[in-house]
Amino acid sequence: MKALLIVLGLSLIALNARADLPTHEYQLDNGLKVLVREDHRAPVITVMVWFKAGSIDEAPYETGLAHVLEHMMFKGSKRLGAGEFSRLVARFGGSDNAFTSYDFTAYFQQYEASRLPLALELEAERLKNLKIDDQAFARELQVVMEERRQRTDDKPTALAWEKFQAVARPGTGYAHPIIGWRDQLAQLQPQQARSWYQRFYVPGNATLVIAGDVTPEQVRPLVNEFFADLPRGETPPRPETTLNPPPGERRMTLRLPVRVPALYMSYNVPSLTTADQQQAFYALTMLGGVLDGGVSARMETRLVRGQRLAAGIGAGYDGLQRGNGTFRITAAPNPDVSLDELEAAVKAEIRKIAEQPPSAAEMDRVRAGVLAEQIYQRDSVMGQAMELGTLSVLGLDWRLAAQFDENLEAVTPEQVQQAARTWLVAERSAVAHVIPEGEQ
Amino acid sequence: MMKSITTVIALAAAVLLAGCAGFPTTAGKVSQATPAAPELDIQSWHTDQGAKVLFVPSAALPMLDIRLVMDAGSARDGELPGLAALTSALIGEGAEGLSVDQIARGFEDRGARFSTGSYQDMGVISLRTLSRPRWRDDAVDLLARVIGTPTFPEGGLDRVRTSTLQSLRMEQQVPGPQVSKAFQSTLFGDHPYAHPQSGTLASLPGIDPQDLKDFYQRYYASGNAVIALVGDISRQRAEAIAAQLSSALPRGDAAPDLPRAERLTERVTEHLTFPSNQTHILIGNQSTWRGNPDHVPLYVGNYILGGGGFASLLTQKVREEKGYVYGVSSYFKPMAAGGPFMLQLQTANDNADQALDLSMRIVRDFIENGPTQAQLDGAKANILGSRALATADNSDIIGQLGAIGFYDLPLDYLQRFNRQVEAVTVEDIRAAFRRALDADRLAIVSIGPRAPAKPGSSESSQPLSSPQQPADGE
Repeated sequence: MKALLIVLGLSLIALNARADLPTHEYQLDNGLKVLVREDHRAPVITVMVWFKAGSIDEAPYETGLAHVLEHMMFKGSKRLGAGEFSRLVARFGGSDNAFTSYDFTAYFQQYEASRLPLALELEAERLKNLKIDDQAFARELQVVMEERRQRTDDKPTALAWEKFQAVARPGTGYAHPIIGWRDQLAQLQPQQARSWYQRFYVPGNATLVIAGDVTPEQVRPLVNEFFADLPRGETPPRPETTLNPPPGERRMTLRLPVRVPALYMSYNVPSLTTADQQQAFYALTMLGGVLDGGVSARMETRLVRGQRLAAGIGAGYDGLQRGNGTFRITAAPNPDVSLDELEAAVKAEIRKIAEQPPSAAEMDRVRAGVLAEQIYQRDSVMGQAMELGTLSVLGLDWRLAAQFDENLEAVTPEQVQQAARTWLVAERSAVAHVIPEGEQ
Repeated sequence: MMKSITTVIALAAAVLLAGCAGFPTTAGKVSQATPAAPELDIQSWHTDQGAKVLFVPSAALPMLDIRLVMDAGSARDGELPGLAALTSALIGEGAEGLSVDQIARGFEDRGARFSTGSYQDMGVISLRTLSRPRWRDDAVDLLARVIGTPTFPEGGLDRVRTSTLQSLRMEQQVPGPQVSKAFQSTLFGDHPYAHPQSGTLASLPGIDPQDLKDFYQRYYASGNAVIALVGDISRQRAEAIAAQLSSALPRGDAAPDLPRAERLTERVTEHLTFPSNQTHILIGNQSTWRGNPDHVPLYVGNYILGGGGFASLLTQKVREEKGYVYGVSSYFKPMAAGGPFMLQLQTANDNADQALDLSMRIVRDFIENGPTQAQLDGAKANILGSRALATADNSDIIGQLGAIGFYDLPLDYLQRFNRQVEAVTVEDIRAAFRRALDADRLAIVSIGPRAPAKPGSSESSQPLSSPQQPADGE
């Protein structure tokens, strides 16, 4: 009973803390969605533009294109030379960058608050007037090839993960790497990048997020001035993802130049957007927390400390995706522990939850962590912009974040047990054993 | 709380140069606004046990950050590389009457985050908690027990050591960590900064629980500690927490100063052969230290050379113009007893010779000639215009407090730094770089299938190509 009170107390704090941060949402006639989060704690702003276009939208012959286009967004437009965007941002005391994920591409600028008009004008310029020069494209493709060498080709565990994902998420856009398969990446052409820009970089496919020391009264006229004249445009039709039938049990062995073996496990599960009932998302979130929500959670306590099978282990649910989600476990064994032994121990932990619901104390601990994290996350304006943008590209209401704690509180231990039984099953699983070259 | 200063700085002129004619249209107007530069109002005192405390109250969020910073980094390892890191990792693994599981649950039941970290100079213990007394007080009490009565259990040591050894083996799978360690060792020779912070496959097995206890007793002493606090608490509460934590620590004085690291006096080249797709190249020398009077000109100069991301010379020339790399950057890392200058790049093996040669020519040219006035104006505009970003988050502020306290910097260090940035000239930067670096004495350490060609005479005889200048004059 005491634990329960703790949780309720925490959630009240969370709600109180959020109540004083106004968020405003509206849409321009051309379809651009605008989200403004007021946080006047410090005189700083983050301006982001999010496109619902990530590597899952790539056709099989153009993998890596979403990310290459992201690079080209810095390489010049009608009124800005190559590299000038970032030099201007720097000159005005800001920093900028972008990231491409499976589900979206997002661009950010961070400044002292008086730089807001400049940030919006610069963002609008490349959204209206991007120029993709053939030579600049060829040179930037070299840079991206270096990025691939650095991030993937020279890291055997990253290579292993890439190969594993191809098997773990069959028949989906998540089966190919965001940075693209090496041979395809090398052959991308500038006209493909132009086509991507025309297809997806239109107002109706974008969300502009402005967070920090701003008011909607400041923002509205500026957004109108720079973004209202963008033509509406059209995105190609994209199917709604629904919950997939189980793909079947998959196992693979990867021999790579590693010194320490690795175990990868992944289950095909619903996401918040594909679950028939949202309750599945919250139950899987709690399941992830009970297994690996911290150093006191089961995986650390039992497999790293108790049985000492793993040098390191990570487990968690990725359920905020446009497609279906995954529940994944990655682990590195201690010396003289076989991957079979480690895999059996991980599965035994899953089986225990399937057989017996987690304790109330474990459930409370997971919730306490989540609720405290909601407060901690507000320490960063960028973090708040990220939350708003992520929900927006998933087609979800930003208010959902405020209901997250209530929805978690509604999950019962039996529902967590049921989630393990329903979703963490063999026919939804993929398992990879990564072993040193030359070993059996 | 923060307050704003109204010092007007000469940003507008520099900023108006931006862009092509008429674009961005907002540049002129925005330039007229003086960027807000909130000033940290740092309160400081010493506890009865000799710990220095720095405190910034901030009521905006119901949370509290506490950080203890000790002069207990790997530079204090002595004959046992990895001792500082293992000691740090074992804090929280057991306290009198508390198992590791109880400690972990104790923090996580309250949504508190406890962590430790070990660096070359510092051992760091951090706690982030909600600031409501009912959560905060339990978390702080637990922290006091954890740091007051650590048990360094043999079983915990065995486990952490085993996992550290596995991490060291994993590092051998990839080029980056290997070349970094070789670079550190080449630069620092037998100085305490030379060995790898996490120890080696050979050194870790020789460390026992008594070594950890002795290290903790000596270097986690109250007189060797800085306690930083940021968050929603009163001064009175901050004093009480600082007193509680500092009286929990072992009694003892500050650690003695380390000997200042010396520079390499000739070019050293070293190559590690490794079957990677890229060659990683690190270039540098021992060049600075905390308290170096040239700190500001070196910092500003390096922003222009390789610290300023897409605005830096190295990124513009080696990445943007040539496409040799995804990442190229440089930095000075001032520490208590020394600090390297380091330039690092990763490039396809076939481009390694050219990328190394080009980078060396850029560095040599910069040391000899310094920046242009336009480059300096751009750097100042960025550094002074971004002050608000550097202290926006509590996590930013706690980091600043830790460094200011640890390196005995004045409480108005950030303001002084900014005034010095405003005043720095092209000539100051050229002179400081010449004092700090000699292009002929830079170490070049690399890893890849084959050693890149030594950048010999061509490096100095070939003029640095100067392609069309962008409109903002950089």
